[in-house]
Amino acid sequence: MVAQEPESPAVLYIDLHLIHEVTSPQAFSGLRAAGRQVRRPDKTFATMDHSTPTLALDLNLVDQMAAAQVRQLGKNCAEFGVTLFDLESERRGIVHIIGAELGLTQPGMMIVCGDSHTSTHGAFGALAFGIGTSEVEHVLATQCLLQTKPKSFEVRVEGRMGLGITAKDIILGVMAKVGVDGGNGHVIEYTGPAIRALDMEQRMTVCNMTIEAGARAGMVAPDDTTFEYLAGREYAPRDQAWDAALENWRQAATDDGAAYDRTVTFDAGGLEPMITYGTNPSMGMPIGDRIPTLDHFSDVNQRQSIERALRYMDLKPGQRLLGHAIDVVFIGSCTNSRITDLRLAAGLLDGRKVAEGVRMLVVPGSQSVKRQAEAEGLHEIFRTAGAEWREAGCSMCLAMNGDELEAGQYGVSTSNRNYEGRQGKGGRSLLASPLTATASAIRGAITDPRTMI
Amino acid sequence: MEKFSRLTSHLVPLAQRDVDTDQIIPARFLKVIDKEGLGEHLFEDWRKLPDGSPNPEFVFNRPEVQGAQILLAGSNFGCGSSREHAPWALLDWGVRAVISTSYADIFRNNSIKNGLLPVIVDAEVHSELFGMVDRDPHAEVTIDLVSQTVSFGNGHAASFPMDPFAKHSLLEGVDQLGYLLSMEEKISAYEASHDGF
Ligand code: SF4
Repeated sequence: MVAQEPESPAVLYIDLHLIHEVTSPQAFSGLRAAGRQVRRPDKTFATMDHSTPTLALDLNLVDQMAAAQVRQLGKNCAEFGVTLFDLESERRGIVHIIGAELGLTQPGMMIVCGDSHTSTHGAFGALAFGIGTSEVEHVLATQCLLQTKPKSFEVRVEGRMGLGITAKDIILGVMAKVGVDGGNGHVIEYTGPAIRALDMEQRMTVCNMTIEAGARAGMVAPDDTTFEYLAGREYAPRDQAWDAALENWRQAATDDGAAYDRTVTFDAGGLEPMITYGTNPSMGMPIGDRIPTLDHFSDVNQRQSIERALRYMDLKPGQRLLGHAIDVVFIGSCTNSRITDLRLAAGLLDGRKVAEGVRMLVVPGSQSVKRQAEAEGLHEIFRTAGAEWREAGCSMCLAMNGDELEAGQYGVSTSNRNYEGRQGKGGRSLLASPLTATASAIRGAITDPRTMI
Repeated sequence: MEKFSRLTSHLVPLAQRDVDTDQIIPARFLKVIDKEGLGEHLFEDWRKLPDGSPNPEFVFNRPEVQGAQILLAGSNFGCGSSREHAPWALLDWGVRAVISTSYADIFRNNSIKNGLLPVIVDAEVHSELFGMVDRDPHAEVTIDLVSQTVSFGNGHAASFPMDPFAKHSLLEGVDQLGYLLSMEEKISAYEASHDGF
């Protein structure tokens, strides 16, 4: 912390500022208009991900405005001396995927990005906030951010996940329990044996969706799993610096028995594959359940929002989702597009086919994930099964680049938001794990992956 | 940004809770590199029918709300994406203040930085306000930031919380960047003592 004056928010120093094309242009314009510089270009890294094409890395494939915005990021980074992983870069990918895989994200850091899913980086024990464009400008100019003190919220996950259950099911389960605004004003810390047992990629999946409960950040205290993941990564400290950093990180880990403003306990042992039926990520349920009936909700506003959501989804209270026909499956996004996610999907798809009439899109989170998957031959499994294998980017997660659901289509998606129109105007998103999404692609209908493993 | 001190206006009532920023301004309109003109696409997918014509049912299209500067919104307004395009679009349409029981943190932050005042009232006042608009769509509400009160009807008044720092920047119309820039010495001192990152 740089300063804390009375009746003012704290001034926090930002150790890592990540940037992408959509939320930064107005911030750079602000700097330019005021004749300011980027204070710490060495702590600022940019990538192109939200509106980039995934069929091939050719800007002629997206509309002119998207292409102009991508080019503008190139100009801004060149002018202000910011490192950019551009379309040609082998390090490019979704901002929250590459931060971790390049070793930029480290324990104890204060990290920001003009993107709400910055919470992903909390998986390393960093404090990572999504910010708006005005704040992007503040951080570019001063390397600092104003923050009022958040409350702390422990989500303790007990038990052991069964076969066919993934970190995505944990977080969808937590969302269904905590609610879409249950985390407002809080930073969530995930604790408990089920979290400790997760690898880093799974922890990132959990922290990623923290924002869907409205929390400012989500985190997991670092441990040996964290340090092993980081060792040897491009931007991670090396040699003596590594030893010193490691000592610092071990000290920074939250000790057991820390006091929280609020605690919720969740059992991963009894967890089933989760799927959403509504239009926000907390409207989810175990895949074998029926959609709740309206008398299930005591609050009249909540009842209205469920009613509205089901009307949009063209689903009925009390209806089962298992066996419901689907049109599209999307494997991708900063929630589930890492190599372990692709391995899960490919493992299930190997020797099988995507059902006739179903479109399956597999979009790796970064060019590095893509190379790794290709080295393992996963792309061949996807292609042979009839899925599309794409270049890295956000793609159908937010449908800015032309990858989108058509109106009325049902899409099982491994991404994080099922809002109305999020994945294409009129499209109907069902959020689930890579296993559930893949099993559903094979059957052409919503399927419990445990029946296929 | 424009100063905010006192505002009297009728309301745009939007009772739905958990309205996300993807609805306020869908992603396909985020390809801009400036802030202007986004009001045209405010709530685009709710304002327009599939054939592109205006949806007469949607509150923002009703004749009686035209010119209103206060949005009366359901709880947890502005959840989801951090896009500052959401407050930009609201302001560009003409909204200067929102009244709700709660907001998503990032939206609230973004709004204050642009002179869009997020007013928090309790559930009782919230439903009184909806009741009032229901009876009279032209009924006016006054928001006074100096005294932190919302007043309406025959002498109803409710106070609302606002942190002193945000209040100051809204009243003066000053960007919070100025405050950060004034910290230059402390920032340099911090950097000098935390080298090696
Ligand atoms: S993958 Fe989706 S949620 Fe993640 S950064 Fe991209 S658009 Fe946002």
